[in-house]
Amino acid sequence: MSDLRHRAASLSPGFVPTAVLSILPVAAVLGIAMLAQLWLAPVLANAGADFFIKMGVDILVAMVLAISLTMVNGFTGQFSIGHAAFMAVGAYTAACIVYYGSYRFYGNANVQGGLVSSMVYGVRDVPWFAWADALFLGALLAGGLVAAGCGYLVGLPSLRLKGDYLAIVTLGFGEIVRVLVQSQTTEVLAEGASVTPDHLRMIPAWGSTLAVDDYITAEAIASAPVWVWPKYVGGALGFGGLPFYTSPFWVVLVAGLTLLVAFRIKSSSYGRAFLSIREDEIASEAMGVNVTAYKVRAFVVAAFFAGIAGGLFAHTVGVQLNPAELGFQKSFDIIIMVVLGGLGSISGAAIAAVIVTILPELLRTPDLLAASWPYGLGGVVLGAGLIGVLRSGGRSTTLGRAVLFAGLLVAGLGLLALWAKGSEVDLGRYRMVFFALALIAMMILRPQGLLGVGEIWDRSFWADLVARRSKGGVS
Amino acid sequence: MLLVKDLVVSYGAVKALHGISLEVRQGEVVTLIGCNGAGKSTTLRAISGLIRARAGTVEFEGKPIHRTAPHEIVRLGIAQSPEGRGIFANMTVEENLELGAYTRSDPEAIASDREWALSLFPRLRERFRQNAGTLSGGEQQMLAIARALLTKPRLLLLDEPSLGLAPQVVQTIFKIIRDINAAGTTILLVEQNAHMALKVAHRAYVLEVGVIKMQGPAAELAASDEVRKAYLGMH
Repeated sequence: MSDLRHRAASLSPGFVPTAVLSILPVAAVLGIAMLAQLWLAPVLANAGADFFIKMGVDILVAMVLAISLTMVNGFTGQFSIGHAAFMAVGAYTAACIVYYGSYRFYGNANVQGGLVSSMVYGVRDVPWFAWADALFLGALLAGGLVAAGCGYLVGLPSLRLKGDYLAIVTLGFGEIVRVLVQSQTTEVLAEGASVTPDHLRMIPAWGSTLAVDDYITAEAIASAPVWVWPKYVGGALGFGGLPFYTSPFWVVLVAGLTLLVAFRIKSSSYGRAFLSIREDEIASEAMGVNVTAYKVRAFVVAAFFAGIAGGLFAHTVGVQLNPAELGFQKSFDIIIMVVLGGLGSISGAAIAAVIVTILPELLRTPDLLAASWPYGLGGVVLGAGLIGVLRSGGRSTTLGRAVLFAGLLVAGLGLLALWAKGSEVDLGRYRMVFFALALIAMMILRPQGLLGVGEIWDRSFWADLVARRSKGGVS
Repeated sequence: MLLVKDLVVSYGAVKALHGISLEVRQGEVVTLIGCNGAGKSTTLRAISGLIRARAGTVEFEGKPIHRTAPHEIVRLGIAQSPEGRGIFANMTVEENLELGAYTRSDPEAIASDREWALSLFPRLRERFRQNAGTLSGGEQQMLAIARALLTKPRLLLLDEPSLGLAPQVVQTIFKIIRDINAAGTTILLVEQNAHMALKVAHRAYVLEVGVIKMQGPAAELAASDEVRKAYLGMH
């Protein structure tokens, strides 16, 4: 890959060609996002597979979260367990802007977007990109920026704290955010609700048009000043009535750009500096890396993308934004993805995000799993065969073992699902048990995670798989 | 080139250095010898900024650097090969060397310096794409020195390069230290292996529990009775 880059660099001596080269991947991401929105999603929807669209959106949002956490926990080796808090900050910031902004500009909180955020596929009489889409995009960015600010604040103690102590600070931050949101009033300014004295105290402008026990009107909501928005976010009951802007286009776009940025960071001298901090802080300082600045930067960048993921999550179909969902449990879901994928591996985190998002769904609908156990057995046989062939050829058997383990896993889960169907046990309720078992198995069999610190296409990884050379564990 | 004056360093209530002064002149190899806990590594760390001095000054090429952050000191031209080698174990030799050149941006100069470092340590060329954690102790030490060289230092601080190495490897490393010096890099060498250090160095300081006990040309010190008794194991 670096050879390729060198050649590219020698081909483009000037600034303009370099700029074009760096815009190309962004354009590609944009193109893929358009394709997902205008071709793939309608095809799936027509086939009655809306479930897969919804799964895809969930997976990609999880991917953004996992990749962003990889920058903190994976690249710099700091252990943050409050990542969901950045997501919450971004989610609530974006939700306020979109919800109240929609009332201000359009008089209601419906989706006003163009084709890019339309989820009624086949409609062609709307523009590609409406002003409302700009509102959503702006809200996402604002959410990301506010989250990044919080990331800076949380990153500051990381100058002094390491390991467990830093983990406790991030955990504390996560709980503070959750409790702050939960302790807000449970009201959202919604049309048709009654006006309370509290409303009139908070929003004096209403006094001239509305009285206590009148119904709140759309005009009234539109006139609510910006500073009361954070107050009316639903508190412990959750922020209902948000327009569903999060279309396949937006999630593919954001996930693609996140991947792009993460890879660019990792393959740059920035990324080397991040990874060196994880390896040995003192040595990295001795090489001229400004360790403290980099540790804070990792938090800021990670928080920015987590905040954007939060904004996407808030506007997903069927989601009622609720602080209880963005607490410790969510943080841990993200950590599981990062650890399973391999601390420091971007593609590993992305793959783990897919697995961790799909597995509970499979457990919830066990028919598919139950039907798959014969394939698992097939995998076991194939794996055993591969081991035999490779060994007789004097080569390593890791590939065979990988197939064997995957087969065992599928067969085991399938048989379990079959049994669960027979005895009417809801496996979905035990998903955390499965994750715990998976993590324990991972720690024993492959402590460096699926891919360790490398990426899936790293030549050394494939060499690793064939040559059984361990690429080092979790440090 | 480097002027340390009345340097005091303490870890909490414990004083590690009681006001030491030393000087390194352009082109020299100066060694700081002493037993365990004498304060040798502490002196190096205070120079490279990894720990803050409580009192005293450190001047490099006329500029005071005792308040400068460690990553800035590297940019001024002082490189340290830390004690215990401090290589990045999960990165390849190549990546370790890349990080050595972290502060520099001229790819051609970096490439030629890398070639020079690899010609000094041919073993590293053989291990170029191997994870640094899989290298032997001697090779890791070579990597640590090569990596420090890639910062293109005018002053190289070496912290116990002979630590835990086989005698033959120690010979090799000290020979290379001399080569590096011959190529124009000034070296401040901290060593417990006084015998080897005094052979390589032009001048030496003897450090005992945070105080400089003796100083002078290395050959003179090596001949003195006190040093022969205490550090060279001769009677």
